[in-house]
Amino acid sequence: MSLLTVKNLQQHFPVRGGVMRRAVASCKAVDGVSFSLGEGETLGLVGESGCGKTTLGKSIVRLLKPTGGSIDFEGHDITQASMGSIRPLRRYMQMIFQDPAESLNPRHTVRDILEEPFIVQKLGTKDERRKWVLDLLDKVGLSSASADRFPFEFSGGQRQRIGIARAIALKPKLIVCDEPVSALDVSVQSQVLNLLLDLQRDMGLSYLFIAHGLSVVKHMSDRVAVMYLGKIVEMAPAEELYHNPRHAYTKALLDAIPVPDPAKRRQRQLLQGDVPSPINPPAGCAFGHRMKHPKWEESTKMDLSLKEVSPGHFVQPCPCCT
Amino acid sequence: MSSSTSSILEVRDLVTAFDTDAGRMTAVDGVSFDVPRGKTLGIVGESGCGKSVTAFSITRLLPQPHGKILGGSIRFEGRDLVSAPLEDMQKVRGNDISMIFQEPMTALNPVQTVGRQLAEAILLHTQCDKAEVLARSIDMMKKVRIPAPEQRLNEYPHQLSGGMRQRVMIAMALINKPKLLIADEPTTALDVTVQAQILDLIADLQKEMGMSVILITHDLGVIAEVCDEVAVMYAGRIVEQAGVFDLFANPRHAYTKGLLDSIPRLDSTPKTLLKAIPGNVPGIADFKPGCRFAERSGREHTHAHLTTRPPITEIAPNHFVEHCPICVA
Repeated sequence: MSLLTVKNLQQHFPVRGGVMRRAVASCKAVDGVSFSLGEGETLGLVGESGCGKTTLGKSIVRLLKPTGGSIDFEGHDITQASMGSIRPLRRYMQMIFQDPAESLNPRHTVRDILEEPFIVQKLGTKDERRKWVLDLLDKVGLSSASADRFPFEFSGGQRQRIGIARAIALKPKLIVCDEPVSALDVSVQSQVLNLLLDLQRDMGLSYLFIAHGLSVVKHMSDRVAVMYLGKIVEMAPAEELYHNPRHAYTKALLDAIPVPDPAKRRQRQLLQGDVPSPINPPAGCAFGHRMKHPKWEESTKMDLSLKEVSPGHFVQPCPCCT
Repeated sequence: MSSSTSSILEVRDLVTAFDTDAGRMTAVDGVSFDVPRGKTLGIVGESGCGKSVTAFSITRLLPQPHGKILGGSIRFEGRDLVSAPLEDMQKVRGNDISMIFQEPMTALNPVQTVGRQLAEAILLHTQCDKAEVLARSIDMMKKVRIPAPEQRLNEYPHQLSGGMRQRVMIAMALINKPKLLIADEPTTALDVTVQAQILDLIADLQKEMGMSVILITHDLGVIAEVCDEVAVMYAGRIVEQAGVFDLFANPRHAYTKGLLDSIPRLDSTPKTLLKAIPGNVPGIADFKPGCRFAERSGREHTHAHLTTRPPITEIAPNHFVEHCPICVA
């Protein structure tokens, strides 16, 4: 059974304007996304900035209240659950953020930061919590002396380790990793990626791994979903997606990755234009619309929900891109 | 790094430091390189390695009064820029040498239209009338492939997307047909698809205008795609320098090797551990006199290796390495 099942999830935000601040349009950040995530599995989520991947991550851990669809976490429908009723489940779903400098309270010591999850969930005595904090530091490869220091005393990579320690404190089942290494130095990125892989193996964690770096996502994931303008356009096992992409957008993304090997330089098919705004997105296939594909018209009249083209490989069946 | 007329820029033993409350911090510590005419030199390194400070030293745009060039020479077409008076530098900047930056939103003036900013770049260096300024601006906007240039000239930076803003920056940098373009992380803030567009654009314009480029980045993928020569910087020094094919095929310094090994690649097996470089990038206050990669190399260094600076040697034709005998095996 899967740990997390998301069906037709929608996260729309009202765009207010005019004197009365009435909703004049709606920003469809996430617009009908469905997937499931198994125990110990990693689903990678890639897409350009503004495609809704971070919003999707936040909706899933219910930092936002979805405007449609459903989220099922371990058999509990948490889509519309109130803040109070969701709290017991919170310890099982955590999030790691992109910029560890901004997501750690600068006026708290590392001990305060790591102890807080236990206090919120009313777990353990003071002595027990002190011991747990030291265990956590050990797990993420920081010395016990770090406990009494403040976030600014650490380098970027070490700060991200603190963020990871906080996320695993309550032994969660699901962690949404939102661009966990994009703010880090190249030589430190691989350390943090290795740590995430180790923790997943030891604790049986499931990850929703959000990033714009496709090679990083491929390295970390069992399956990868490609998002474009609020929708998943293709989802497949990692190797399959990279070797056999079906959707034109996936192909374009793969083509744009700079390969760190000058012997493999190639002529690229360049994608023109920018990601369109999710406010009043075009009908039908948004990517076909961007490419001004002659068959785009057809896609506006059909059902664009994902179709399985080979085992585990799902593609949006628009005539313009597949 | 033999001096010859085939290089447009020759940097020798450049030392740049900042005076801070904690004392003098040497950000660039004796760096030498050449930029071949019409070619692209990539400078790759992590944050704090001195790659941007090197660029700002060349254009003499170091933050004042703290930033100082303490030694070495920067010869641009035979002329020393380190000792050039500031008025001369103003004629060089934006005319002979141009620069583009990582974040176009902070580099562009938010309260002036694109057209006015382009016109300023033209009028600073040439005298011409309004009609000519407009014609040149539109021509340049077309060159950087901005659609509807006449209309875009009247817009403000916030009305443009990130990719378009970077195109405007490039248009401003290239409008006076510079001989050398310094691009400091020009695509770091952009999405991969837009990054590919911008890199292609720079390469095309380079061919068309015959200019030389210094491309500063932390992304080895970008280096591999567009550069001819590469200098790898670590902790204020160049540890390895070679032609791009040579460097990726035969990295000699432990840092270069470690960097190449640690990045996830599309053809690596998913969910396997990466060969990480242990430790953190050293801060400027912790720079050692000897081999600076010693503590992260995982190899035993003697006291002499830690206290004497390793010499730069040409280990193969046109392949230079900071020759610490432990890190260069």
